[in-house]
Amino acid sequence: MSTEVKDRETRELAKRHIEAERPRLEFGSAWEYAPAPESKDHVRLEKKQGLFIAGEFVAPKSKKSFETINPATEEVLAEVAEAGLEDVDAAVRAAEEGYRKYWSKLKPAERGKYVYRIARMIQEKSRELAILESLNGGKPIKESRDVDLPLALAHFFYHAGWADKLEYAFPRHRVSSIGVCGQIIPWNFPLLMAAWKIAPALACGNTVVLKPAETTPLTALALAKICQEADLPPGVVNIIPGAGETGAHLVNHPRVKKIAFTGSTEVGKLIQRATAGTGKRLTLELGGKAANIVFEDAPLDQAVEGIINGIYFNQGHVCCAGSRLLVQESVAETVLAKLKDRIATLRLGDPLDKNTDVGAINSRIQLEKIRELVACGVEEGAEIHQSSCALPERGFWFPPTFFSGVAQSHRIAREEIFGPVLAVMTFRTPEEAVEKANNIPYGLSAGVWTDKGSKIFKITAQMKAGVVWANTFNKFDPSSPFGGYKESGFGREGGVHGLRAYVELS
Amino acid sequence: MNSSLQIRKTYKLYVGGEFVRTESGRYDPVESPKKEFLANVSRGSRKDLREAVRKARAAQPGWAGKSAYLKGQILYRMAEMLESRADSLAKILGEATGQSPAAAKAEVRASTDRLVHYAGWSDKFGAILGTVNPVASSYFGFSVPEPTGVVGIVAPESPDLLGLVSHLAPVIVSGNAAVALLSEKFPLASLEFAEVLATSDLPGGVANLISGRKEELVPHLARHMDVHAIADAGCDAALSRMIGEDAAVNVKRVKRYAFADYFAGDAQGLDFIEAFTEIKTTWHPIGV
Repeated sequence: MSTEVKDRETRELAKRHIEAERPRLEFGSAWEYAPAPESKDHVRLEKKQGLFIAGEFVAPKSKKSFETINPATEEVLAEVAEAGLEDVDAAVRAAEEGYRKYWSKLKPAERGKYVYRIARMIQEKSRELAILESLNGGKPIKESRDVDLPLALAHFFYHAGWADKLEYAFPRHRVSSIGVCGQIIPWNFPLLMAAWKIAPALACGNTVVLKPAETTPLTALALAKICQEADLPPGVVNIIPGAGETGAHLVNHPRVKKIAFTGSTEVGKLIQRATAGTGKRLTLELGGKAANIVFEDAPLDQAVEGIINGIYFNQGHVCCAGSRLLVQESVAETVLAKLKDRIATLRLGDPLDKNTDVGAINSRIQLEKIRELVACGVEEGAEIHQSSCALPERGFWFPPTFFSGVAQSHRIAREEIFGPVLAVMTFRTPEEAVEKANNIPYGLSAGVWTDKGSKIFKITAQMKAGVVWANTFNKFDPSSPFGGYKESGFGREGGVHGLRAYVELS
Repeated sequence: MNSSLQIRKTYKLYVGGEFVRTESGRYDPVESPKKEFLANVSRGSRKDLREAVRKARAAQPGWAGKSAYLKGQILYRMAEMLESRADSLAKILGEATGQSPAAAKAEVRASTDRLVHYAGWSDKFGAILGTVNPVASSYFGFSVPEPTGVVGIVAPESPDLLGLVSHLAPVIVSGNAAVALLSEKFPLASLEFAEVLATSDLPGGVANLISGRKEELVPHLARHMDVHAIADAGCDAALSRMIGEDAAVNVKRVKRYAFADYFAGDAQGLDFIEAFTEIKTTWHPIGV
C-alpha cells in the first residue's frame, strides 16, 4: 500500500478520534483570517545559478544541474549547478589559495571587520533573505523573519568580535588557524546553519568550502553573493551545491583539514568512519529525539506552549525538537486535552502568509518518511490525534499530529521522525522520567517543566543531553554552545566552546 | 636451610574493584629484558573486557555524583598509596623494563606527582571550562562540563606506569569510569598499581585494568556500544585507524595521544580532562 493511501486512512482515523471526543473547543474554522501574504516582489531570483568558487559564480565542470523547488507549490524556483568531483577539487584549491594568499595574511582585527561587514549586509537584506528561505524551504515567514534571519546575522556579529581575541579564549595556548574547512549543512535551517558554520570558521582565520543541502541551496547562494559584494577575498568562502555525492567528495578530499557536518546520525557515522586515520578534524551535530518532561507542578499552560513550540516549530524539522513528551500521570489527561485544543488552532498553509504557524514539509522524500513512521505508530497501537485542518492540494504537507499511549519500544518513540509528530508517554516518579528520557542513543536536547527550582537543577543535571531547556524550549543564541551527547554527535557550535573546532592549539 | 622460600605474586585483572583471573583461563609469561621469567599474567579476553565495561557503566553515575571535593581527596589518597608502595613499584619497573633503579624511582615519583596534579583539578576544571552565556534574550544560560561516561584507555607501551597514570587520572577526575588496556610488553607495574586503586577509596568499577593482547582486545573496546570514548595512547597507526573507524558505531569520541616524553610538562593538564567531558548548556527564563 502506498504511503499516500495509508496516510488518508490515518487521517480518517484521527478524525474519528476527534469526533468521538466532543464536546470540545471550536477554533480555526469559526474564525476566518484574511490572508496576509508577504510580497515576493522584493526577491531577485536568478533562474540559473552557478557554483561560487574563488569569488565568482561559475558553471560546473560536472555539467550537471538540478531544479530547486518551492515545497509549498512544487514550482521550480531555479536551476542550480551541481558540484562534481572536479568542482569540489576546484573549490578546495580556491579555498587553499584564499587561505594562503589573503586570509592567513590579514591581521585578526581586519578579518573580524570582514565578518562584521557580512553581518551588516545580511541585516540589510533580511527581508529578501527571509522570503527566499520560506520560498525554498517551506518554513513559515514569521519563523524565517523572526528566528532564522536574526540568529544568522547575530552569529556573524558575535563571531566577528572573536577574531582578535582568540588568545583570551584559550589561555596558555598558542592559537593558530587550521586551513581549509569542509562544511556540510542540512535543509532545515539553510541560512542559519551556513552562518553557524561559516562565521566561526572565518573568525578563527580559516577558509571554507560549504555544501548546502540539495533541496535548499538558494539562501546559501545568496550568502555567496553577499560575500562577493562585501569584497571578501576570493576563495575565502566557496559554496558548492550538490547532493550526498558532492558531500562525500568534500569529506574525502585530502586537502581539507577539517570537516563540520550537521545532519543525520546515519550519515554522521559514515563521515566519522571515512575520516578515521586521516588526521582530519571532525565535529558532528547529528540527530535527536528530545524528551520534554512535564511535572505535575509545572505551569501547564506555559508548558503546553513549550510543547507546541518544541515539536511544531519549523514543521518539526529540527534536530533538537521536543519529539517525545513525558508527562506526569496525574496531569496527563489535562495536558492531552490542552494539546488537542491547541493543535486545532495551529494555522497550516502558505509559508509566506504572516499568519501561518505550520508551513510545508521540506521535500517529498521527507513527507514519505513522516507518513511511513506515522502509519507505523498507528499499527503499533498508539492512539493518533491530528489537526483536522485542510491541506493545500499542491505541495508537501503534514498536519500537526501527536500520539498518546506510546510505549518506549514503539518506533515513533525511538526514531527521529523530523516532522510535526509528537509521541506522548507518561511517568509517575522523577526517576522514571529520567530513565525514560535518557533511554535512547541520542542526546542532543531535553526540556524540563516544573515550578520547583531545586527540581529543575536535579533533573537537568541528570539529562544526558547537550542542551537542556527548563521552563522553555528551542532557544538559541550565538553565545550559547549547542551540540550533543552520545550519538547526537560531538563538538559544540556557539560560545567559547564552539571556537575550539576551528583553531589549532599548541 | 635458614632462608625461607620467596612468596611470588599472582597478577590478576582488576575489574569492578576485585582482583580476578581471566575467565578464559589463559596466561602470558612476562620476562625481563634478560629473558628471566618474572611472572605469569592473565591474557584478558573479550568477555573480561565486556565484564569490565559492565562494571564501569554501573559505577559511573555514582562516581560522577560524588562531590568534586571528595573526588579530589580520593585521587590524593591514590597518590598517598602509591607513595607507600614506591619502593616495590620501582623494583618491579626496574626488573621488567631494565631501566636503572634511579630511572625507575623517577617514574614512580612522576606518577605520584601526576596523581597529585589531577587531584587538585577536581574542583577547579569545571570553573574554568564552564561559562555563563550572555544571551540576547531574557534567559539565564550556563554551560558546564560533565563526564562523557565510560572511557576506554589504551595505555602506552612505555612508560607503562606513568603512561597509565597520565591517562587514567584525568579521565576519572571528572567523573568518568575507565576500562584500561595495559601495556602489553610491561604490564607488571600497572597490575601492581591496581593495589593502589583498591586501597584508596576509589569505588569499585571506576577504574578497571585489563592485561592482554591489544590486537585481540582493542577491536572489542572500539566496537563496544557502552563505551563512549577512547583515549588511544598505545596503538600503531593501523590499529589506531581501526579504532577511529569502529568508533563510529556509536559516535565515540576518540582522542589519540602520541607523546615522546611523559615526564614533560605538556603530558598533563586541563586539556586531558577536557577531552573526556561534554559541555551541557542549560537555559531558564528570567521573570517574576
